[in-house]
Formats: sequence, C-alpha cells, structure tokens
Amino acid sequence: MSAVIEDIQKPEPARPLIARIDWVKASPWLYTVALFAIWEAAVRIFDLPYTVLPAPSRIFAALYQYWSPIWKNSLQTLYTTTLGFLMAVVGGLALGLFIGWSKVIYAGLYPLMIGFNAVPKVAVVPILVIWFGIGAVPAMLTAFLISFFPIVVNVATGLATIEPETEDVLRALGAKKLDIMLKVGIPRSMPYFFGSLKVAITLAFVGSVVSETVASNYGLGNLMSSAQSQFNVPLVFAGLLALAVEGIVMYSIMAWVEKRMTGWAHRSTMSH
Amino acid sequence: MTHLVSIENVDMRYGGASGTLAVADLTFKVDKGEFAAVVGPSGCGKSTLMRLVTGLHIPQAGNVIVAGQHVTEPVSIVGMAFQNPSMLPWRTTLDNILLPLEIVERHRKRLRAHKAEYVEKAEHLLEVVGLKDFGSKYPWQLSGGMQQRANLCRALIHEPQLLMLDEPFGALDAFTREELWCVIRDLHAAQDVTIVLVTHDLREAVFLADKILVMSARPGRVLREHRVPFARPRDLEITYDKAFNDVVHELHGEIASARRAA
Ligand SMILES: Nc1ncnc2c1ncn2[C@@H]1O[C@H](COP(=O)(O)OP(=O)(O)OP(=O)(O)O)[C@@H](O)[C@H]1O
Ligand SMILES: [Mg+2]
Repeated sequence: MSAVIEDIQKPEPARPLIARIDWVKASPWLYTVALFAIWEAAVRIFDLPYTVLPAPSRIFAALYQYWSPIWKNSLQTLYTTTLGFLMAVVGGLALGLFIGWSKVIYAGLYPLMIGFNAVPKVAVVPILVIWFGIGAVPAMLTAFLISFFPIVVNVATGLATIEPETEDVLRALGAKKLDIMLKVGIPRSMPYFFGSLKVAITLAFVGSVVSETVASNYGLGNLMSSAQSQFNVPLVFAGLLALAVEGIVMYSIMAWVEKRMTGWAHRSTMSH
Repeated sequence: MTHLVSIENVDMRYGGASGTLAVADLTFKVDKGEFAAVVGPSGCGKSTLMRLVTGLHIPQAGNVIVAGQHVTEPVSIVGMAFQNPSMLPWRTTLDNILLPLEIVERHRKRLRAHKAEYVEKAEHLLEVVGLKDFGSKYPWQLSGGMQQRANLCRALIHEPQLLMLDEPFGALDAFTREELWCVIRDLHAAQDVTIVLVTHDLREAVFLADKILVMSARPGRVLREHRVPFARPRDLEITYDKAFNDVVHELHGEIASARRAA
C-alpha cells in the first residue's frame, strides 16, 4: 500500500554541498537561528537595557546560570500540563461522543459548551484555589479546562457529519444507532480527534502556566513571576524559552501521533 | 403473491404538515425477479421512492408492502447503491464490501466463524465486476468507476432479494457505464434478484429494464408504465437499433411534457 505512494527515488550523482541540503527540512532551523541573530543585532544596535529586552546571549547565559531551577520547574510544568491534557483527552473524547450521538443532545449542549469556553480560564483559577488549595492541582485542572473544548467540538463534529448516503445504506440493512456509531461515526471522527490534540496540547500549556503564575509555588509560571518581581528579566525570558521548547516538542509528538493513527485521512483527502 | 414490491396510494411529505410533498398517490408494483427502471424529471421524488421501499421513510398515507409485509422499519432484504459510492476510507475495499455482513442480523452471528467463506464470496463478486486483486486496496486508491463497482459488490454481498440502485452510474464516463450495464445485466440474469434502478439515462433504462416507470414532476406519481419488448439476453448492439431508439425517444417526450406540466 505504501509502495504506491512513495515517490521513486532515483540514485543521485554527487552534487556540490549546497545542492545536497534539503532546504525544506533545514528551513525551520535556519529561520530560528535567523530570528535569534536579528534579535541579538537589534538589541546591540539600539543598545536596549537588558531589563527591557535581553539579548539572546544574555538569555542563554541565564539559562546556563539557572539551569537547575529551570530544569526542575520545566519538569513540573510538563507534568501538570500532561496530566491535565490527558484528562482532557479522556473527558473530551467521552463528552464528544456523547454530544455527537444525537442531534438533540448536540443542539442542547452546544450553546452551553460555547458559553463555557467563552469564560476566561484565568477567572476560574481563584475558584479552583478555593476548592483545592494552591499548587499543582489547580494548574492541572486549568490545563484540563482549557484544552478540553477543542477535543469535544472536534469529536462531536466528526460524529455529527456522517454522510447521509452511508447512513442510509447501513440503516436499510437494519443497522441500529450503535452500529452506525461503531462502524462509521467513531472511526470517521478519529482524524478530527487526533487533529484537535495539537491545538489542545498548546492550550494546555497556556492553562497550566497561567495557573502557576497566579497560584502556585512550582512550575515555570511561578518561576517567571518570581523572576519578574526581582527584575530578573533574562530569567523570565529563559523561562519563556524553556516553555517554547516544551510546547514545540509536545506539539510534534501530537502531530506524529496524528499521522500515525489516521494516515488514511490525509491520503484520502489528497485524492479528491 | 408474485409482487415483491407493492406501493399503493402512497403520500410522502418531508418536514411536517407544511413541508414539501414529495410524492402523492404513488402506486406501482414490481414482480419478483423483475428489473424495473424509474425515470422522471429531476426532483420528482425518485430517491424518495427508494427510501420508501427500503423502509428508511414511512409514508404519511398509503401502503408499502415488500415481500408480503407492511414496511414499518428498514427491511434488510435489500441492498442499496447510490451515485456517491460512500466507501469508508479507513477500510480496504474488501472490508468495505464485507460491511453489510457485520450489520445484517442473519449474517453477523456467523461472520466470525465463517469469515473465510464470506471473504471468498466477496472476492468472487470482485471478480465478477472486474476488480479481481483490488480487494486489498483502499477506496481512495481506486478510480471513481472502480469505486462504483465495489459499491455494487457491497450492495450484493448479503444476497439481497431486492437491489435498489439510485443513479449508480451517473458520475461515470460512457464506456465505463456501458461496461457496468453489462455487469448488472449479467448479475440479474445469473441470480434470482429483483432490481429497481433510478436513472436519468433513458438508454440505460431501456437497455436494462423489463419495465419502465415514468414519473410526473413533484409531487411524483407514476404517469405511465412501459414494458420493454426486447428479448433477453440483450447485447449492447441493440442500443443502436431503430426500435430501441424509438422507445428512448418516446420516453424522452413523456418526461419533457411532464416537466412542462410542472
Ligand atoms: N430530506 C429531505 N427534507 C426535505 N425535503 C426533501 C428531502 N429529501 C428530498 N426532499 C424534497 O423532496 C422532493 C423529491 O426529492 P427526491 O430526492 O426524491 O428527488 P429525485 O427525484 O431523486 O431528484 P433527482 O433526480 O434530482 O435525484 C424534492 O423536491 C426535494 O426538495
Ligand atoms: Mg435522487
């Protein structure tokens, strides 16, 4: 099956180095390096004080200097985010299936979901603190609350948009609602589900960091807010950098999972 | 009891009392083993008729009787195929064809234990429609015509007594279409199956059917019933005969006037 799709790679004659580089693969790295270079240059040219915008060199120095707390807090943030995200995956999948099950439930719960999603999650953190105290639990729950919506919506949409012809063919054979869901609805909503994981994981980071910033003694959010209160701006930026790296890594994992699980969806849309 | 399908004075309205009246006072019969074609202006209720016969819709008035029983819920003795092949892209062609067996009560219990037997049957069907060795391919690796062939296999796998085809060849090129006409013709000749075919292609209707039902514009009812006089087995060559084209011409005139009447 894959043999049909893979392009045929001809053996290439030796070419100069510049032509052998895969520019598409290399470009993310090149652009990142370029961004840091321009940043560094701008800070030096305009002679910005490091308390306003530290140069990358300064940030990397801070990263090196505070490596141990950054590492520990990064792990903490990664841990709360991942737990919250996993809860969102389980809860979102379950609620999505429930909502997508019938048009009535879909119509009834959708407005509620929109309303719920419109509430800024930072406003919920104090309530979570009242319930669970300061620490990892509110961070985890905030990550959960913020990342669970896209999963629900995507799963429900996948279920609710089954082609009527497919449904007719099966119903004419005596298929019950459960049959249609198991045979068609759930498999077909999987690309939507796995697609939503990429969005959800980035949102989960937003949730946990927001909560750590206002109500925790651990995590990158807390590290940055205390660094800020000491005017240690390079450390704030070092924290942001660590966060960005975590975000990119988790996003790539989700993108990879999506591709692994639902390759057919990419291929079947390609052919249309 | 020779009628497999019997529709008597059926009214079907979509969307409540003030909705669209799709068919009104629809009456027709299809005998067991017969090949009936339904033609008529666009939007006249042909697809509605299919849904009524298969029990996907229950009419507000009149009787729908299939195989001697009043239709009050979907009847699993039918196989359906639509213009849109609607193959599931995450299943191989073979698994798509086996799908009805996972649904139909009579087969789903046996499927696990007799899998090999069913796979063999599916592969035989694939061979009949000219898709030998394509069972392991995914639907998106097949052309439109090939998907439509697979769609026919899926409609036939559970050995339906009644095969309902709604413009199954509408999206295909002329040559593929004629090839599939012959596939259907041979299936009908070889098996004891009753076929109802909805089509816009009058040559298709005349070539394949024993009986052609001409419908009025919406709300649809049967204006006229034609018997197709040509002897079976029919060869594609007959589509160039004068007698054949006369029938086509007559049908064309009737549908044109049905459209004007609307
Ligand atoms: N689900 C539906 N809800 C409301 N109205 C419908 C529905 N399905 C069909 N109709 C209406 O019923 C009428 C008959 O529709 P139907 O699909 O049976 O026509 P058709 O003869 O199959 O048309 P075509 O030849 O274009 O396929 C149309 O006027 C259509 O607007
Ligand atoms: Mg139609």
